[in-house]
Amino acid sequence: MKVLMFGWEYPPHVFGGLATANYGITHGLHAQGDIETLLCLPRPFGDEDQTACKIIGMNCVPIAWRDVSYDYVKQRIGNIMNPDDYYRFREHLYADFNYMHVNDLGCMEFAGGYPGNLTEEINNYSIIAGVVARTEQFDIIHAHDWLTYPAGIHAKQVSGKPLVIHVHATDFDRSRGNVNPTVYGIERNGMDNADCIMCVSELTRQTVINHYGQDPAKCFAMHNAVYPLAPELQEIVDKRLPYKDRKEKVVTFLGRITMQKGPEYFIEAAKRVLDRTSNVRFCFAGSGDMMNAMIDMAAAYGIADRCHFPGFMKGKQVFEIFRDSDVYVMPSVSEPFGISPLEAMQSGVPSIISKQSGCAEILDKCIKTDYWDIEAMADAMYSLCTNDSLHEYLQVEGKKEVDGITWEKVGIRIRKLYDQCLQK
Amino acid sequence: MKTICLYFEIHQNVHLKRYRFFEIGKDHYYFDDYENERGITETAERSYIPAIKTFLEMAHLYGKAFKVAFSISGCALELLEQYAPEVIEMLQELNDTGCVEFLAEPYSHGLSSLANEDVFRDEVERQAKKMKELFGKKPTVLRNSSLIYSDDIGGLVASMGYKGMIAEGAKHILGWKSPHFVYHCAQNPNLKLLLRDYKLSDDISLRFNDSSWNEYPLFADTYMDWIAQLPEEEKVINIFMELCALGIYQPLSSNILEFIKALPAVAKERGITFATPSEIIAKSKSVGQMDVAYPMSWNDEERDTSCWLGNVMQREAFNKLYSVADRVLICKDRRITQDWDRIQASNNFRFMTTKPMSVGMWRGIYDSPYDAFTNYMNILGDFINRVNALYPTDIENDELNALLTTIRNQAEEINVKDKEITRLQTRLKKLEGAAPASEKKVPAKKAAPKAAPAKKETPKAAPAKKVEAPKEEAPAKKAPAKKVTKKAAKK
Repeated sequence: MKVLMFGWEYPPHVFGGLATANYGITHGLHAQGDIETLLCLPRPFGDEDQTACKIIGMNCVPIAWRDVSYDYVKQRIGNIMNPDDYYRFREHLYADFNYMHVNDLGCMEFAGGYPGNLTEEINNYSIIAGVVARTEQFDIIHAHDWLTYPAGIHAKQVSGKPLVIHVHATDFDRSRGNVNPTVYGIERNGMDNADCIMCVSELTRQTVINHYGQDPAKCFAMHNAVYPLAPELQEIVDKRLPYKDRKEKVVTFLGRITMQKGPEYFIEAAKRVLDRTSNVRFCFAGSGDMMNAMIDMAAAYGIADRCHFPGFMKGKQVFEIFRDSDVYVMPSVSEPFGISPLEAMQSGVPSIISKQSGCAEILDKCIKTDYWDIEAMADAMYSLCTNDSLHEYLQVEGKKEVDGITWEKVGIRIRKLYDQCLQK
Repeated sequence: MKTICLYFEIHQNVHLKRYRFFEIGKDHYYFDDYENERGITETAERSYIPAIKTFLEMAHLYGKAFKVAFSISGCALELLEQYAPEVIEMLQELNDTGCVEFLAEPYSHGLSSLANEDVFRDEVERQAKKMKELFGKKPTVLRNSSLIYSDDIGGLVASMGYKGMIAEGAKHILGWKSPHFVYHCAQNPNLKLLLRDYKLSDDISLRFNDSSWNEYPLFADTYMDWIAQLPEEEKVINIFMELCALGIYQPLSSNILEFIKALPAVAKERGITFATPSEIIAKSKSVGQMDVAYPMSWNDEERDTSCWLGNVMQREAFNKLYSVADRVLICKDRRITQDWDRIQASNNFRFMTTKPMSVGMWRGIYDSPYDAFTNYMNILGDFINRVNALYPTDIENDELNALLTTIRNQAEEINVKDKEITRLQTRLKKLEGAAPASEKKVPAKKAAPKAAPAKKETPKAAPAKKVEAPKEEAPAKKAPAKKVTKKAAKK
């Protein structure tokens, strides 16, 4: 089975949670043995791991005819794509896009990540997808998140193959209900055209059904998983000091400091804990539009000396933070899935997560509270910082539980849905 | 001839309220009054009252042919006294018919038998005393909370003077043996054991209304046939369950009470009788000793203590709770002892279990075992602070004990001296009374005001010096008084 997959980011160049999920899904599918994946990315760097899928750089796919020599192509894009593929794509141009901003190869440049002109990039991505879909042979289309839905629809229209879309988040989660009409339009259109909708949690599935008016019969919950820690990360985590030797306890929030993640509830809870104890520190690892407001809030409560804002963390830094944390808290107001509690639990950090997050559906060995229930959250933080046995239990059992959640299992379930889709 | 021993547990947990850590030290009230009132009145209405009413009818209908036993935990009794006193009245009425026996059990329905011998003794004594007050008879048979039993517990119970104990007929303990005999404790042959037949008990308490059960619907005739068909030599059939089984676990609409009501009649047809635990223990000889190295109970498939002490959290809570046991025991503060009883209840530990459950588990107000643990530890934190406030933590338990023994000894000494004083005073009065009988009124009047201050001092239990003072006076008075009598006698 050949899958044409549209993604936006891929490790090691991580901008958000999408990259990790995409990596896991392609590898989970690869583990099936008979699935071949073509992954389209707007701007690959050439150092991506291509064992599980073949990567097509959308910025290397021509949309306008340019007569260029093999050597020139090889010199320009050889690190990302085989020049032969360039010529293959050039055979399948379907319209004259010379009016667009094309470069000397007839390709379009992408900024990568999530730039300001995102809607323009989405549109360009979809134009290029037309060329790819006309060139390649495949059985099914799989589009990740709203950025790639238009490309998926385009590919479906060109090829007539079934479209599977993967909802990693909806605009309802990001905006606490005040949706951006453009984004909503793109999302809605993608869902309407999809033959199968995979949602990262039951929570998201319900949003898709209720707010996007989709048929429940074509929506499925497809929970994410985690990969076992890489040896170098495990090494970092293993340097954790034993619980008894930690004089001060560290409670960590990790993620974008935005409305969706509920940082203010974290501060409120922190305030209540600090009223009672003095040996706890609170760490906000992340950046975002609410960061300054949060610093103000901490200062206004007079707990700024105990709240730390080290900024955005990536790669190894994340696990260094986990190593030095005793409690991980994710108070998200609405979290489609939320992969970081799984990573925290892998690193041996007991987690407190909001019931409004998708990962709460598959996790059992963690503490769940409502995001607004700051008293319950504070109580849980305090309990984990003072009761050794609870900490120990959740540390050991939590790790065991997360180790059982693998992408291979997710791959099998995705495969099943593919088969169902193809039989229709 | 076979004998059925029917026993029901009456226990209701005093529910703890949501107690956050920032309330520690500020709020010393731990209980959810609304839930407690709702819980106990609902249970009383739906189960206890109709069930006891049925037992009353049965007692009148069958007379002495029907026997039943109950045990009531102290916590349940407190709740019943407060919210459903009619249940106690009905039990007393049932008690008057003479077909009931009440058993002793730990007051709190807690796990003290696994932790602290003194606490266990104290608890059982208090509950037994309460049984005597309410039902006029001191229990001679004991049942531990959730039928927890081990050799050590058996030895302890025997040393407290109990003749028998009821326990679970757990498969892993019995092996090829049958629960239908009387056994005795491995540590003390004087303590006889009645073992629950879990199959026949669960047929009623667990499966009666289960329409997917292949024996559904169960009739009293069928049930009694099962008992009658047991081998000839198997004589004692112990059917133990919670009273809640009648009405709550098995709804009244399943006609469970009709079933129970029919049992004595169909038993009589088959020559099967009913008896209370103490009657069986008095009549039957033990067939052998029962070795139970590790505690067993009637809970879960495992029939052990894992549902209360299975994970690290439960064990920490348990150890913390009983770390202050000795101090609570010497404490006379009534609020502390009452709270102590209530937070000891095994239900609080059950809420923290992380065992996968075949039967859906009811966790009360708690979301998860972690939530239950956190709430309990907060309450325990406050409770321990209160106990420590009474007795400073820097004094070791032993030292504290020594100090308290000194105080107790002194109190006893004072008591003895007080008695001596009153004895002498009455004697003095007698002599004084004798004196005015003769014509010498003047010395009598003098003696009277002297006696008065001495009297006032006695009830105060004043320090030793003061007490001694009148004591010295008394013999001094004796002499002239005697002289007076002699004089009177002479005249």
